[in-house]
Amino acid sequence: MASLTLEAVSKRFPGAAAPAVDGVDLAVRDGEFLAILGASGCGKTTLLRLAAGFERPTAGRILLDDRLVADAGRMVPAERRGIGIVFQSYALWPHMDVAGNVGYALAGRGVRGAEYDRQVEAALAAVGLTGFGARRPGDLSGGQRQRVALARCLAMAPGLVLLDEPLANLDVHLKASLQDEFAAFRVKTGATMVYITHDQAEAMALADRIAVMATGRIVQLAAPELLYREPATPLVAGFIGKGAVLPATVIGPVAAGRVRVEIAGLGVVARAQPDQRPGPALLCVRPEDLALVGADEAGIAAVCRRALYQGGGYLIELDVEAWPDLTLPLVVPPGIVLRMGESLRLTIRDGWVIPNG
Amino acid sequence: MLAGLAVVVGCLSLGPVLRLVVEAVAPGGQPGLAVAARVLAAPATWVAAWHTIATSLAGTVISGLLGCALALALALTDIRAKGPIVFLFTMLLMVPSQVTAVAWIELTGPASPLLRPLGLAPAPGTSNPLYSPGGIALLLGIEHAPLVFLTLRAALRALPADLVEAARASGAGPGRVLRTVILPLTAPALGAGLMLAFVSSIGNFGTPALLAIPARYPMLTTAIYQRLAGFGPRVLAEVATLSMVLGALAIAGIAAQRALIGRRDRRLASTGAELPPAELGRWRVPVEALVWLGLAGLLLVPLGALFGTALVQAYGQPLGVDTVTLANFRYVLLDHAPTGRALVNSFGLAAAAGALLVGVAVLLAYFGAWRASRLARLLAHTAELPYALPGVVLAIACILLFIRPLPLIGIGLYDTVWIILLAYLARFLTLALRPVAAAFAQLDPALEEAAEMTGAGLGRRLATVILPLVAPAAAAGALLVFVTAFNELTVSALLWSSGHETLGVVVFSLEQAGDTVLAAALASATVIVTALLMLLASRLARGLPRGVLPWQA
Repeated sequence: MASLTLEAVSKRFPGAAAPAVDGVDLAVRDGEFLAILGASGCGKTTLLRLAAGFERPTAGRILLDDRLVADAGRMVPAERRGIGIVFQSYALWPHMDVAGNVGYALAGRGVRGAEYDRQVEAALAAVGLTGFGARRPGDLSGGQRQRVALARCLAMAPGLVLLDEPLANLDVHLKASLQDEFAAFRVKTGATMVYITHDQAEAMALADRIAVMATGRIVQLAAPELLYREPATPLVAGFIGKGAVLPATVIGPVAAGRVRVEIAGLGVVARAQPDQRPGPALLCVRPEDLALVGADEAGIAAVCRRALYQGGGYLIELDVEAWPDLTLPLVVPPGIVLRMGESLRLTIRDGWVIPNG
Repeated sequence: MLAGLAVVVGCLSLGPVLRLVVEAVAPGGQPGLAVAARVLAAPATWVAAWHTIATSLAGTVISGLLGCALALALALTDIRAKGPIVFLFTMLLMVPSQVTAVAWIELTGPASPLLRPLGLAPAPGTSNPLYSPGGIALLLGIEHAPLVFLTLRAALRALPADLVEAARASGAGPGRVLRTVILPLTAPALGAGLMLAFVSSIGNFGTPALLAIPARYPMLTTAIYQRLAGFGPRVLAEVATLSMVLGALAIAGIAAQRALIGRRDRRLASTGAELPPAELGRWRVPVEALVWLGLAGLLLVPLGALFGTALVQAYGQPLGVDTVTLANFRYVLLDHAPTGRALVNSFGLAAAAGALLVGVAVLLAYFGAWRASRLARLLAHTAELPYALPGVVLAIACILLFIRPLPLIGIGLYDTVWIILLAYLARFLTLALRPVAAAFAQLDPALEEAAEMTGAGLGRRLATVILPLVAPAAAAGALLVFVTAFNELTVSALLWSSGHETLGVVVFSLEQAGDTVLAAALASATVIVTALLMLLASRLARGLPRGVLPWQA
């Protein structure tokens, strides 16, 4: 187990207009599973490469436990950090067999003979590849290759494992089974894991906490439920989960963490920061916050733009006259069928006032 | 159009080789193996073959050491000025053998303009130490080192960075990463590069011609040349057999090279980025110094000796303010009649070969890449044969083909400049083809399909879409052919006739006749022209896919 600390870490590549990583502070706790989530080009891979020791920061410090491993001047090379890495491309050495790949770190540490064989076989058994030692990586399927890469990592017994979009090249079924494998890996080793992905479902399923990255910065770092329920910025609100960000006016507090909001003529009680001040604000609304109401009840007029069958019920995309640029997602239970162009009324039962709106 | 192309390319590429095989089994048109048996039974044949193999093997070791060291330094570390280093190192290959040989002879001879002032030159009257098997191997090794360098560097560049990063993350230091990951993965390419250097050494003529003949050390290429020059066409059947021996050696080497390249495991072709260069830190300056010292010793110092020899009034004078003169350049370039003719011939031959071949190359590459024609791809492979075979072998084959007047039309090409042109067309087609094929491979066939959609016929598509897109690569290919043909010696040494000399032949003749200063002046001029043409090609190839020109950084 190990903790990873980044203090004001920046990385600017020569000739680049903007830094790839821009003043990131991040403390990954001992034994934690942290996902770094962001669109491509947000700097998440550079952040991983900085932690791994493949890139040198232009500013800031990186610590592994209490050991300083990199700042603008000094740099502990990757081979002396003892960090396990699982690559998106697997990065298995084609000229070695599976056992050679898995035992590479052991051989480097001078583990020999029966002990070497035992540890390699144990690592392979842990990922369900017992007896695959003599195969060539080229003869394996994508999922098996990633298991070999995981076994290679496991054999190192690292305190910290970095995973760089390890499921990006795999199909849906393999993704699910390898997600289980990562979880098992974590239970088995207790290792701290940092998981880079652009897939929010993957991040939500696996991580204790998620750091959302954009333009080289961490926009929000929180547990998955909190990230979903209380996004810090409109960007996070749009990136995580379904929903809409609506312009609203905060009237004033009604209870601890609750404020009255006026939105399209409708009065709504929504969640907010305790110190949320009145005035114009943005309200994050999730599908479960919306509900259909009868024609005579208070509500907002909307038109069904599209109905997407989701298995069970429908996800309805709604057009609202007040917000011509937006669509509102609404989940309707089985049995209710809405047609394209059908008019309806809906109400907002809950929402989150985005603090940095 | 493809059919016409197939006839032309097929005749050019396969005609000479097939004719040679016919001669070996049916000398002079009479079936029989007597001549072949006599040549193969002669001890002299095997002495020459052994000399060729021994010097080529030793040369290949030298090429391997030089090429390997530089490829690793350039591909794996952050040394600066990689562009100029690659350019200068590739010049070792691009400067023709006979010129390199003259330069080294001037450097190490008793009259050395650089070593004599330092007191390091051999005593006057003693023979040049390069006139020896060791000297031949050294020069063969230096000239062909770029072949190893270019092959290995390409493989190192294709090595996905994540394979190295995975090893480093597993705790492997630089030495272990190199030993267990980088070298095993690039070993097939290194082997292929070594075989390429070996095959080129076997077929090399310029170096043995200038070193082995004075050393009385018979080699296959020089034996063929001397016999044909001494006895004329009546020994054709005999030298045909000799050249078959040479060809067989070369084909064995090529086959080994192909097998090695095929062994590369591409199944794990990773999407990983290129390997970032390792930071050398305080070792950077010493490594850079070593690289530049090597370049100076291998290229700049010998060329300095060449220019030093060419710039004095009389051979053996020390180079100084009162002895320096451009008179030799003026004389050899303006007043020396054979050189004048040779300039016209070599320029005309090179220009014609470049222009004609690039046209063929564009069509062939187009059909091969965008029309997915298997015939065109087969032809492209066939075109490599006359280039891979030693030039001497091709020349003998061309003599056999054209010594009698052509049937039907009754025109004889032997003893004319046209036989040289045909040999060049056969030999250098693949040089023109490679850059163009690389360019096509990078272009989206949809570009042409879009033109087809608008109703444009093949002619219009060629003129408006295809040619403009591949023009820079085609120009680079034409220049590559031009430089190589302009400097050519091996083929023309056997095919030239009075009045139809090439520049290579004149440099060789001047040096052989003892006109050292004039030979040096002409060789110096060749070096300057070669460097300028290489620079011009680089300019044209800017923005083209990497690998179009070997000397691009």
